[in-house]
Amino acid sequence: MAFRLAVIVVIVGGIAALFLYKGGWFSPHALSPDMMIDTFEHVNGEHPGFRRNHAKGVCISGYFESNGNGVALSKAVVFRPGRVPVLGRFALAGGQPYAADAAHTVRSMALLFQLPDGEEWRSGMNNIPVFVVNSAQGFYDQLVASAPDPATGKPDPAKMSAFMKAHPEFPKALHLILSQPATSGFADSTYNSLNAFRFINAQGTVVPVRWAMVPAQSFKPFDTSGPAQSDTNQLFDALIAELRTNSLQWHLIVTIGQPGDPTADATLPWPPDRQKVDVGTLTVDHVESEDTSPVRDINFDPLILPDGIAGSDDPLLSARSAAYSESFTRREGEPKTPSAVSPAETER
Amino acid sequence: MNMAGEPKQFAIFSRILHWLMAAMLLAMLFIGVSMVASLGDYHKLVAIHRPLGIMILILAAIRLVNRMFTTLPPFPPTMSSRERRFSSFSERLLYTLMFALPLVGWGMLSAGHYPIVMFGPVHLPPILPANPTLYALLRKTHTILAYLLFLTFLVHLSSVLFHALIVRDRLLDRMALWPTRKRPK
Repeated sequence: MAFRLAVIVVIVGGIAALFLYKGGWFSPHALSPDMMIDTFEHVNGEHPGFRRNHAKGVCISGYFESNGNGVALSKAVVFRPGRVPVLGRFALAGGQPYAADAAHTVRSMALLFQLPDGEEWRSGMNNIPVFVVNSAQGFYDQLVASAPDPATGKPDPAKMSAFMKAHPEFPKALHLILSQPATSGFADSTYNSLNAFRFINAQGTVVPVRWAMVPAQSFKPFDTSGPAQSDTNQLFDALIAELRTNSLQWHLIVTIGQPGDPTADATLPWPPDRQKVDVGTLTVDHVESEDTSPVRDINFDPLILPDGIAGSDDPLLSARSAAYSESFTRREGEPKTPSAVSPAETER
Repeated sequence: MNMAGEPKQFAIFSRILHWLMAAMLLAMLFIGVSMVASLGDYHKLVAIHRPLGIMILILAAIRLVNRMFTTLPPFPPTMSSRERRFSSFSERLLYTLMFALPLVGWGMLSAGHYPIVMFGPVHLPPILPANPTLYALLRKTHTILAYLLFLTFLVHLSSVLFHALIVRDRLLDRMALWPTRKRPK
Protein backbone atom coordinates (compact mmCIF):
# COMPACT_ATOMS: atom_id res chain seq x y z
CA MET A 1 0.00 0.00 0.00
CA ALA A 2 2.71 2.47 1.03
CA PHE A 3 4.80 1.39 -1.93
CA ARG A 4 1.89 1.85 -4.32
CA LEU A 5 1.19 5.30 -2.90
CA ALA A 6 4.85 6.16 -3.38
CA VAL A 7 4.63 5.08 -7.02
CA ILE A 8 1.75 7.51 -7.55
CA VAL A 9 3.63 10.35 -5.88
CA VAL A 10 6.74 9.67 -7.95
CA ILE A 11 4.83 9.57 -11.26
CA VAL A 12 2.70 12.65 -10.64
CA GLY A 13 5.48 14.57 -8.88
CA GLY A 14 7.94 13.64 -11.61
CA ILE A 15 5.71 14.98 -14.37
CA ALA A 16 5.07 18.19 -12.40
CA ALA A 17 8.80 18.64 -11.74
CA LEU A 18 9.67 18.08 -15.40
CA PHE A 19 7.07 20.65 -16.38
CA LEU A 20 8.49 23.27 -14.02
CA TYR A 21 12.03 22.37 -15.10
CA LYS A 22 11.11 22.97 -18.75
CA GLY A 23 9.60 26.29 -17.73
CA GLY A 24 12.93 27.36 -16.26
CA TRP A 25 11.74 27.32 -12.64
CA PHE A 26 14.86 25.54 -11.43
CA SER A 27 17.32 27.64 -13.44
CA PRO A 28 16.55 31.28 -12.62
CA HIS A 29 20.00 32.38 -13.80
CA ALA A 30 19.81 30.85 -17.28
CA LEU A 31 19.40 33.45 -20.03
CA SER A 32 15.70 33.64 -20.93
CA PRO A 33 13.49 36.12 -22.80
CA ASP A 34 12.31 37.42 -19.42
CA MET A 35 15.84 38.00 -18.20
CA MET A 36 16.81 39.75 -21.44
CA ILE A 37 13.92 42.21 -21.16
CA ASP A 38 14.40 42.65 -17.39
CA THR A 39 17.98 43.67 -18.18
CA PHE A 40 16.84 46.19 -20.79
CA GLU A 41 14.57 47.70 -18.15
CA HIS A 42 17.36 47.69 -15.60
CA VAL A 43 19.89 49.35 -17.92
CA ASN A 44 17.56 51.92 -19.52
CA GLY A 45 15.15 52.52 -16.68
CA GLU A 46 11.47 51.75 -16.99
CA HIS A 47 9.60 53.39 -19.85
CA PRO A 48 6.11 51.88 -19.77
CA GLY A 49 4.39 51.40 -23.10
CA PHE A 50 7.57 51.68 -25.18
CA ARG A 51 9.56 49.04 -27.02
CA ARG A 52 12.38 47.88 -24.75
CA ASN A 53 14.85 48.38 -27.60
CA HIS A 54 14.61 50.77 -30.56
CA ALA A 55 12.30 52.71 -28.24
CA LYS A 56 12.36 56.04 -30.10
CA GLY A 57 10.72 55.97 -33.49
CA VAL A 58 8.10 57.08 -35.98
CA CYS A 59 5.66 55.04 -38.04
CA ILE A 60 5.69 55.02 -41.81
CA SER A 61 3.70 53.55 -44.66
CA GLY A 62 4.03 53.11 -48.39
CA TYR A 63 4.32 50.24 -50.82
CA PHE A 64 6.73 47.77 -52.31
CA GLU A 65 6.79 47.38 -56.08
CA SER A 66 8.27 44.02 -57.07
CA ASN A 67 10.00 43.84 -60.46
CA GLY A 68 9.71 40.04 -60.65
CA ASN A 69 13.45 39.37 -60.39
CA GLY A 70 12.94 37.65 -57.05
CA VAL A 71 10.60 34.97 -58.43
CA ALA A 72 13.50 32.76 -59.52
CA LEU A 73 14.90 32.90 -55.98
CA SER A 74 11.80 32.63 -53.80
CA LYS A 75 8.21 31.51 -54.28
CA ALA A 76 7.07 34.19 -51.79
CA VAL A 77 4.07 36.01 -53.26
CA VAL A 78 5.74 39.36 -52.47
CA PHE A 79 8.24 38.81 -55.32
CA ARG A 80 5.64 38.37 -58.06
CA PRO A 81 5.54 41.50 -60.21
CA GLY A 82 3.22 44.05 -58.64
CA ARG A 83 2.64 46.23 -55.65
CA VAL A 84 2.00 45.34 -52.01
CA PRO A 85 1.21 47.79 -49.18
CA VAL A 86 3.87 48.25 -46.53
CA LEU A 87 3.70 49.50 -42.94
CA GLY A 88 6.87 50.30 -41.07
CA ARG A 89 8.82 52.21 -38.51
CA PHE A 90 12.08 54.17 -38.42
CA ALA A 91 13.78 54.08 -35.04
CA LEU A 92 16.99 54.56 -33.12
CA ALA A 93 18.59 51.63 -31.33
CA GLY A 94 18.55 51.71 -27.56
CA GLY A 95 15.93 51.61 -24.89
CA GLN A 96 15.63 55.36 -24.24
CA PRO A 97 12.44 56.68 -25.88
CA TYR A 98 13.43 60.33 -25.35
CA ALA A 99 17.17 60.16 -26.14
CA ALA A 100 18.49 62.97 -28.34
CA ASP A 101 19.21 61.94 -31.93
CA ALA A 102 22.93 61.38 -32.56
CA ALA A 103 25.06 60.63 -35.62
CA HIS A 104 26.32 57.25 -34.50
CA THR A 105 23.22 55.84 -32.87
CA VAL A 106 22.22 52.81 -34.92
CA ARG A 107 19.20 53.59 -37.13
CA SER A 108 16.63 50.96 -37.94
CA MET A 109 13.95 50.38 -40.54
CA ALA A 110 11.26 47.87 -39.63
CA LEU A 111 8.80 46.77 -42.30
CA LEU A 112 5.62 44.76 -42.62
CA PHE A 113 4.78 43.71 -46.19
CA GLN A 114 1.06 42.89 -46.51
CA LEU A 115 0.86 40.15 -49.11
CA PRO A 116 -2.36 39.82 -51.14
CA ASP A 117 -3.09 36.30 -49.84
CA GLY A 118 -3.02 37.55 -46.24
CA GLU A 119 0.52 36.41 -45.50
CA GLU A 120 2.96 38.86 -43.93
CA TRP A 121 6.65 39.49 -44.18
CA ARG A 122 8.11 41.40 -41.26
CA SER A 123 11.71 42.51 -41.20
CA GLY A 124 13.77 44.58 -38.78
CA MET A 125 16.89 46.04 -40.40
CA ASN A 126 19.73 48.23 -39.16
CA ASN A 127 22.04 50.75 -40.86
CA ILE A 128 25.17 48.79 -39.91
CA PRO A 129 26.93 46.37 -42.27
CA VAL A 130 27.22 43.55 -39.70
CA PHE A 131 25.79 42.95 -36.24
CA VAL A 132 28.02 43.45 -33.18
CA VAL A 133 27.61 40.04 -31.55
CA ASN A 134 26.83 36.55 -32.83
CA SER A 135 24.82 35.04 -29.96
CA ALA A 136 22.07 35.88 -27.50
CA GLN A 137 24.58 35.54 -24.67
CA GLY A 138 26.89 37.99 -26.44
CA PHE A 139 24.04 40.46 -26.83
CA TYR A 140 23.17 40.15 -23.16
CA ASP A 141 26.81 40.50 -22.08
CA GLN A 142 27.17 43.62 -24.22
CA LEU A 143 24.00 45.09 -22.72
CA VAL A 144 25.33 44.53 -19.20
CA ALA A 145 28.89 45.71 -20.00
CA SER A 146 27.75 48.93 -21.67
CA ALA A 147 25.31 49.88 -18.90
CA PRO A 148 26.28 53.24 -17.43
CA ASP A 149 28.08 53.02 -14.10
CA PRO A 150 25.89 54.87 -11.56
CA ALA A 151 29.00 56.64 -10.21
CA THR A 152 30.31 58.08 -13.50
CA GLY A 153 27.26 57.88 -15.78
CA LYS A 154 29.49 56.11 -18.30
CA PRO A 155 30.14 52.43 -19.02
CA ASP A 156 32.79 50.88 -16.79
CA PRO A 157 35.92 50.49 -19.00
CA ALA A 158 37.03 47.40 -17.05
CA LYS A 159 33.72 45.66 -17.71
CA MET A 160 33.85 46.69 -21.37
CA SER A 161 37.33 45.30 -21.91
CA ALA A 162 36.41 42.04 -20.14
CA PHE A 163 33.41 41.80 -22.47
CA MET A 164 35.59 42.39 -25.56
CA LYS A 165 38.00 39.70 -24.42
CA ALA A 166 35.12 37.23 -24.04
CA HIS A 167 33.58 38.26 -27.37
CA PRO A 168 36.39 38.94 -29.85
CA GLU A 169 33.79 39.18 -32.63
CA PHE A 170 32.62 42.46 -31.09
CA PRO A 171 35.72 44.65 -31.72
CA LYS A 172 36.08 43.17 -35.23
CA ALA A 173 32.47 43.99 -36.07
CA LEU A 174 32.78 47.43 -34.50
CA HIS A 175 35.77 48.17 -36.72
CA LEU A 176 33.73 47.35 -39.85
CA ILE A 177 30.83 49.45 -38.58
CA LEU A 178 32.93 52.51 -37.73
CA SER A 179 34.74 52.41 -41.09
CA GLN A 180 31.46 53.54 -42.68
CA PRO A 181 30.78 57.28 -42.79
CA ALA A 182 27.67 58.45 -40.93
CA THR A 183 25.00 59.40 -43.43
CA SER A 184 22.90 62.53 -42.98
CA GLY A 185 19.72 60.80 -41.85
CA PHE A 186 17.17 58.04 -42.20
CA ALA A 187 16.60 58.76 -45.91
CA ASP A 188 20.12 58.11 -47.22
CA SER A 189 20.93 55.12 -45.01
CA THR A 190 21.21 51.50 -46.11
CA TYR A 191 19.36 49.06 -43.85
CA ASN A 192 20.70 45.51 -43.63
CA SER A 193 18.92 42.32 -42.59
CA LEU A 194 22.16 41.39 -40.75
CA ASN A 195 20.97 37.84 -40.08
CA ALA A 196 21.02 35.35 -42.93
CA PHE A 197 17.76 33.82 -44.16
CA ARG A 198 16.87 31.18 -46.74
CA PHE A 199 14.94 31.71 -49.95
CA ILE A 200 13.03 28.71 -51.32
CA ASN A 201 11.80 28.88 -54.93
CA ALA A 202 8.95 27.03 -56.66
CA GLN A 203 11.34 24.22 -57.66
CA GLY A 204 12.33 23.75 -54.02
CA THR A 205 15.84 25.15 -54.45
CA VAL A 206 17.09 26.73 -51.24
CA VAL A 207 19.69 29.52 -51.20
CA PRO A 208 21.13 31.41 -48.23
CA VAL A 209 20.47 35.14 -48.51
CA ARG A 210 20.94 38.44 -46.75
CA TRP A 211 19.07 41.52 -47.88
CA ALA A 212 19.41 45.26 -47.69
CA MET A 213 17.25 48.31 -48.36
CA VAL A 214 19.59 50.53 -50.40
CA PRO A 215 18.50 54.18 -50.67
CA ALA A 216 17.73 55.85 -54.00
CA GLN A 217 18.47 59.12 -52.16
CA SER A 218 22.10 60.13 -52.62
CA PHE A 219 24.54 60.11 -49.73
CA LYS A 220 25.07 63.26 -47.70
CA PRO A 221 27.43 63.37 -44.73
CA PHE A 222 25.95 63.89 -41.28
CA ASP A 223 25.62 67.59 -40.46
CA THR A 224 27.51 68.15 -37.23
CA SER A 225 27.45 71.95 -37.21
CA GLY A 226 24.09 73.15 -38.52
CA PRO A 227 21.23 74.71 -36.58
CA ALA A 228 19.59 71.25 -36.51
CA GLN A 229 22.04 70.32 -33.76
CA SER A 230 19.85 71.99 -31.16
CA ASP A 231 16.88 69.80 -32.16
CA THR A 232 16.85 66.58 -30.13
CA ASN A 233 14.68 65.02 -32.86
CA GLN A 234 16.83 66.27 -35.74
CA LEU A 235 16.94 62.95 -37.61
CA PHE A 236 13.20 62.39 -37.31
CA ASP A 237 12.36 65.99 -38.16
CA ALA A 238 14.57 65.85 -41.27
CA LEU A 239 12.73 62.69 -42.36
CA ILE A 240 9.35 64.35 -41.77
CA ALA A 241 10.46 67.42 -43.74
CA GLU A 242 11.61 65.30 -46.68
CA LEU A 243 8.39 63.29 -46.74
CA ARG A 244 6.35 66.49 -46.80
CA THR A 245 7.72 67.36 -50.25
CA ASN A 246 8.41 63.98 -51.82
CA SER A 247 8.34 60.22 -51.23
CA LEU A 248 11.51 58.25 -50.50
CA GLN A 249 12.71 55.10 -52.26
CA TRP A 250 14.89 52.14 -51.41
CA HIS A 251 15.93 49.20 -53.61
CA LEU A 252 15.56 45.80 -52.01
CA ILE A 253 18.86 44.14 -52.82
CA VAL A 254 19.15 40.42 -52.12
CA THR A 255 22.67 39.02 -51.72
CA ILE A 256 22.97 35.33 -52.53
CA GLY A 257 25.36 33.35 -50.37
CA GLN A 258 27.65 30.61 -51.62
CA PRO A 259 28.30 27.32 -49.86
CA GLY A 260 30.62 28.07 -46.96
CA ASP A 261 29.44 31.64 -46.42
CA PRO A 262 28.68 32.11 -42.73
CA THR A 263 24.92 32.02 -42.10
CA ALA A 264 25.04 31.44 -38.34
CA ASP A 265 27.24 34.46 -37.51
CA ALA A 266 25.80 37.93 -38.12
CA THR A 267 29.15 39.61 -37.32
CA LEU A 268 30.85 38.17 -40.40
CA PRO A 269 30.35 39.89 -43.76
CA TRP A 270 30.03 37.83 -46.91
CA PRO A 271 32.63 38.30 -49.66
CA PRO A 272 31.85 41.47 -51.66
CA ASP A 273 31.69 39.63 -55.02
CA ARG A 274 28.53 37.69 -54.13
CA GLN A 275 25.66 37.94 -56.61
CA LYS A 276 23.24 40.75 -55.78
CA VAL A 277 19.72 40.92 -57.19
CA ASP A 278 17.53 44.03 -57.14
CA VAL A 279 14.07 42.56 -56.55
CA GLY A 280 12.01 45.73 -56.28
CA THR A 281 11.56 49.20 -54.88
CA LEU A 282 10.17 50.34 -51.55
CA THR A 283 8.40 53.69 -51.60
CA VAL A 284 7.76 55.43 -48.28
CA ASP A 285 5.24 58.24 -48.67
CA HIS A 286 3.65 58.76 -45.27
CA VAL A 287 4.95 59.36 -41.76
CA GLU A 288 2.94 59.35 -38.55
CA SER A 289 3.63 59.68 -34.84
CA GLU A 290 3.51 56.50 -32.78
CA ASP A 291 0.83 58.19 -30.68
CA THR A 292 -1.75 57.86 -33.46
CA SER A 293 -0.45 55.03 -35.66
CA PRO A 294 -1.53 51.37 -35.33
CA VAL A 295 2.09 50.48 -36.17
CA ARG A 296 2.98 51.23 -32.56
CA ASP A 297 1.24 47.96 -31.69
CA ILE A 298 3.03 45.79 -34.22
CA ASN A 299 5.84 43.47 -33.22
CA PHE A 300 8.47 43.44 -35.98
CA ASP A 301 9.46 39.84 -35.28
CA PRO A 302 12.03 38.94 -37.98
CA LEU A 303 10.71 35.37 -38.16
CA ILE A 304 7.23 36.35 -39.33
CA LEU A 305 7.90 35.24 -42.88
CA PRO A 306 5.82 34.27 -45.90
CA ASP A 307 6.08 30.86 -47.54
CA GLY A 308 9.26 31.01 -49.64
CA ILE A 309 11.38 32.78 -47.01
CA ALA A 310 12.69 30.97 -43.91
CA GLY A 311 15.12 31.66 -41.11
CA SER A 312 18.71 30.41 -41.22
CA ASP A 313 20.72 28.62 -38.54
CA ASP A 314 21.64 32.02 -37.03
CA PRO A 315 20.81 31.66 -33.30
CA LEU A 316 20.09 35.40 -33.05
CA LEU A 317 16.90 34.99 -35.08
CA SER A 318 15.01 32.83 -32.59
CA ALA A 319 16.42 34.93 -29.74
CA ARG A 320 15.15 38.13 -31.38
CA SER A 321 11.76 36.53 -31.92
CA ALA A 322 11.54 35.46 -28.27
CA ALA A 323 12.80 38.73 -26.79
CA TYR A 324 10.62 40.91 -29.08
CA SER A 325 7.61 38.86 -28.04
CA GLU A 326 8.35 39.39 -24.35
CA SER A 327 8.88 43.13 -24.91
CA PHE A 328 5.64 43.30 -26.93
CA THR A 329 3.62 41.46 -24.28
CA ARG A 330 4.86 43.77 -21.55
CA ARG A 331 4.35 47.05 -23.39
CA GLU A 332 0.90 46.16 -24.71
CA GLY A 333 -0.35 45.79 -21.15
CA GLU A 334 1.10 49.11 -20.00
CA PRO A 335 -0.38 52.60 -20.14
CA LYS A 336 0.93 54.60 -23.10
CA THR A 337 3.06 57.70 -22.76
CA PRO A 338 3.36 60.19 -25.64
CA SER A 339 6.24 59.52 -28.04
CA ALA A 340 9.18 61.91 -28.41
CA VAL A 341 8.11 62.52 -31.99
CA SER A 342 4.61 63.91 -31.50
CA PRO A 343 1.67 64.14 -33.89
CA ALA A 344 2.26 67.92 -33.89
CA GLU A 345 5.69 67.27 -35.42
CA THR A 346 4.63 64.69 -37.98
CA GLU A 347 1.59 66.68 -39.13
CA ARG A 348 3.16 70.10 -39.20
CA MET B 1 -22.80 -5.27 -22.01
CA ASN B 2 -23.76 -5.79 -18.44
CA MET B 3 -27.22 -6.52 -17.11
CA ALA B 4 -28.47 -2.95 -17.39
CA GLY B 5 -27.44 -2.89 -21.04
CA GLU B 6 -24.67 -0.40 -20.33
CA PRO B 7 -21.29 -0.74 -22.05
CA LYS B 8 -18.32 -1.82 -19.95
CA GLN B 9 -15.99 0.50 -21.83
CA PHE B 10 -16.14 3.85 -23.59
CA ALA B 11 -16.85 3.47 -27.31
CA ILE B 12 -13.72 2.70 -29.32
CA PHE B 13 -13.82 6.09 -31.07
CA SER B 14 -14.07 7.82 -27.67
CA ARG B 15 -11.08 5.86 -26.39
CA ILE B 16 -8.98 6.68 -29.45
CA LEU B 17 -9.88 10.38 -29.11
CA HIS B 18 -9.05 10.31 -25.40
CA TRP B 19 -5.54 8.93 -25.78
CA LEU B 20 -4.73 10.89 -28.92
CA MET B 21 -5.77 14.14 -27.25
CA ALA B 22 -4.06 13.21 -24.00
CA ALA B 23 -0.77 12.92 -25.88
CA MET B 24 -1.39 16.14 -27.82
CA LEU B 25 -2.45 18.17 -24.79
CA LEU B 26 0.47 17.02 -22.70
CA ALA B 27 2.89 17.74 -25.56
CA MET B 28 1.25 21.14 -26.01
CA LEU B 29 1.63 22.03 -22.33
CA PHE B 30 5.31 21.10 -22.36
CA ILE B 31 5.94 22.94 -25.64
CA GLY B 32 4.19 26.02 -24.25
CA VAL B 33 6.03 26.17 -20.96
CA SER B 34 9.38 25.47 -22.68
CA MET B 35 9.05 28.02 -25.45
CA VAL B 36 8.32 31.02 -23.26
CA ALA B 37 11.46 30.28 -21.26
CA SER B 38 13.72 29.70 -24.25
CA LEU B 39 15.58 32.07 -26.57
CA GLY B 40 17.16 29.40 -28.77
CA ASP B 41 14.19 27.06 -29.27
CA TYR B 42 11.45 29.69 -29.12
CA HIS B 43 10.76 29.94 -32.82
CA LYS B 44 10.90 26.21 -33.52
CA LEU B 45 8.45 25.52 -30.68
CA VAL B 46 6.02 28.35 -31.54
CA ALA B 47 5.86 27.02 -35.10
CA ILE B 48 4.59 23.68 -33.70
CA HIS B 49 2.47 25.27 -30.94
CA ARG B 50 0.14 27.19 -33.29
CA PRO B 51 -1.00 24.40 -35.69
CA LEU B 52 -1.07 21.83 -32.87
CA GLY B 53 -3.38 24.13 -30.93
CA ILE B 54 -5.76 24.41 -33.85
CA MET B 55 -5.71 20.63 -34.31
CA ILE B 56 -6.66 20.28 -30.65
CA LEU B 57 -9.52 22.74 -31.14
CA ILE B 58 -10.87 20.71 -34.09
CA LEU B 59 -10.54 17.44 -32.19
CA ALA B 60 -12.19 19.01 -29.13
CA ALA B 61 -15.23 19.89 -31.28
CA ILE B 62 -15.38 16.35 -32.68
CA ARG B 63 -14.99 14.96 -29.18
CA LEU B 64 -17.77 17.10 -27.74
CA VAL B 65 -20.20 15.97 -30.45
CA ASN B 66 -19.10 12.36 -29.92
CA ARG B 67 -19.57 12.76 -26.15
CA MET B 68 -23.14 13.95 -26.63
CA PHE B 69 -24.14 10.99 -28.77
CA THR B 70 -22.51 8.04 -27.01
CA THR B 71 -23.55 6.10 -23.93
CA LEU B 72 -20.96 6.12 -21.18
CA PRO B 73 -19.96 3.10 -19.15
CA PRO B 74 -21.24 3.41 -15.58
CA PHE B 75 -19.03 4.55 -12.72
CA PRO B 76 -17.71 1.60 -10.75
CA PRO B 77 -19.47 0.98 -7.41
CA THR B 78 -16.21 1.86 -5.66
CA MET B 79 -16.80 5.54 -6.47
CA SER B 80 -18.79 7.48 -3.91
CA SER B 81 -21.39 9.95 -5.09
CA ARG B 82 -19.08 12.80 -4.06
CA GLU B 83 -16.29 11.33 -6.14
CA ARG B 84 -18.66 10.93 -9.08
CA ARG B 85 -19.70 14.56 -8.83
CA PHE B 86 -16.07 15.64 -8.67
CA SER B 87 -15.24 13.44 -11.65
CA SER B 88 -18.06 14.96 -13.73
CA PHE B 89 -16.95 18.46 -12.74
CA SER B 90 -13.34 17.82 -13.75
CA GLU B 91 -14.51 16.32 -17.05
CA ARG B 92 -16.48 19.51 -17.79
CA LEU B 93 -13.47 21.59 -16.79
CA LEU B 94 -11.19 19.63 -19.13
CA TYR B 95 -13.63 20.04 -22.02
CA THR B 96 -13.91 23.77 -21.32
CA LEU B 97 -10.13 24.17 -21.30
CA MET B 98 -9.68 22.13 -24.48
CA PHE B 99 -11.82 24.74 -26.21
CA ALA B 100 -10.75 27.80 -24.25
CA LEU B 101 -6.98 27.47 -24.61
CA PRO B 102 -6.82 27.30 -28.43
CA LEU B 103 -9.54 29.95 -28.78
CA VAL B 104 -7.79 32.32 -26.37
CA GLY B 105 -4.51 31.66 -28.20
CA TRP B 106 -6.09 32.40 -31.58
CA GLY B 107 -7.84 35.48 -30.20
CA MET B 108 -4.68 36.69 -28.52
CA LEU B 109 -2.68 36.51 -31.77
CA SER B 110 -5.53 38.30 -33.56
CA ALA B 111 -5.59 41.08 -30.95
CA GLY B 112 -1.78 41.29 -31.13
CA HIS B 113 -1.90 42.03 -34.89
CA TYR B 114 -0.05 38.79 -35.62
CA PRO B 115 -0.68 36.66 -38.70
CA ILE B 116 -1.97 33.25 -37.57
CA VAL B 117 0.41 31.05 -39.54
CA MET B 118 -0.31 27.33 -39.68
CA PHE B 119 2.17 25.91 -42.20
CA GLY B 120 3.53 27.06 -45.56
CA PRO B 121 1.25 29.80 -46.91
CA VAL B 122 -1.73 28.48 -44.90
CA HIS B 123 -2.95 30.84 -42.21
CA LEU B 124 -6.17 31.57 -40.34
CA PRO B 125 -8.14 34.82 -40.29
CA PRO B 126 -8.18 36.94 -37.13
CA ILE B 127 -11.14 36.32 -34.82
CA LEU B 128 -10.77 39.58 -32.87
CA PRO B 129 -9.81 43.13 -33.79
CA ALA B 130 -6.23 44.28 -33.11
CA ASN B 131 -6.23 45.86 -29.67
CA PRO B 132 -3.27 46.18 -27.27
CA THR B 133 -5.24 45.91 -24.01
CA LEU B 134 -7.16 42.91 -25.27
CA TYR B 135 -3.93 41.27 -26.40
CA ALA B 136 -2.30 41.76 -22.98
CA LEU B 137 -5.39 40.41 -21.21
CA LEU B 138 -5.68 37.33 -23.43
CA ARG B 139 -1.94 36.66 -23.27
CA LYS B 140 -2.15 36.50 -19.46
CA THR B 141 -5.35 34.45 -19.62
CA HIS B 142 -3.64 31.95 -21.93
CA THR B 143 -0.90 31.32 -19.34
CA ILE B 144 -3.33 31.04 -16.42
CA LEU B 145 -5.58 28.61 -18.30
CA ALA B 146 -2.56 26.53 -19.35
CA TYR B 147 -1.43 26.14 -15.74
CA LEU B 148 -5.01 25.33 -14.76
CA LEU B 149 -5.14 22.65 -17.47
CA PHE B 150 -1.86 21.18 -16.26
CA LEU B 151 -3.15 21.09 -12.67
CA THR B 152 -6.43 19.50 -13.77
CA PHE B 153 -4.46 16.92 -15.72
CA LEU B 154 -2.36 16.11 -12.63
CA VAL B 155 -5.49 15.66 -10.50
CA HIS B 156 -7.04 13.46 -13.22
CA LEU B 157 -3.87 11.35 -13.46
CA SER B 158 -3.60 11.05 -9.66
CA SER B 159 -7.22 9.91 -9.39
CA VAL B 160 -6.83 7.29 -12.09
CA LEU B 161 -3.58 6.01 -10.57
CA PHE B 162 -5.25 5.92 -7.17
CA HIS B 163 -8.01 3.72 -8.57
CA ALA B 164 -5.60 1.55 -10.53
CA LEU B 165 -3.06 0.97 -7.77
CA ILE B 166 -4.83 1.48 -4.45
CA VAL B 167 -8.54 0.79 -4.96
CA ARG B 168 -7.74 -1.70 -7.74
CA ASP B 169 -11.25 -1.53 -9.16
CA ARG B 170 -10.14 -1.71 -12.82
CA LEU B 171 -11.55 1.78 -13.46
CA LEU B 172 -8.92 2.32 -16.13
CA ASP B 173 -10.27 -0.64 -18.14
CA ARG B 174 -13.15 1.61 -19.19
CA MET B 175 -10.73 3.76 -21.21
CA ALA B 176 -8.20 1.07 -22.16
CA LEU B 177 -7.07 0.70 -25.75
CA TRP B 178 -5.25 -2.45 -24.79
CA PRO B 179 -6.90 -5.86 -24.17
CA THR B 180 -8.32 -6.14 -20.65
CA ARG B 181 -9.24 -9.08 -18.50
CA LYS B 182 -12.90 -9.71 -17.81
CA ARG B 183 -14.32 -7.85 -14.85
CA PRO B 184 -14.47 -9.95 -11.73
CA LYS B 185 -18.05 -10.81 -10.85
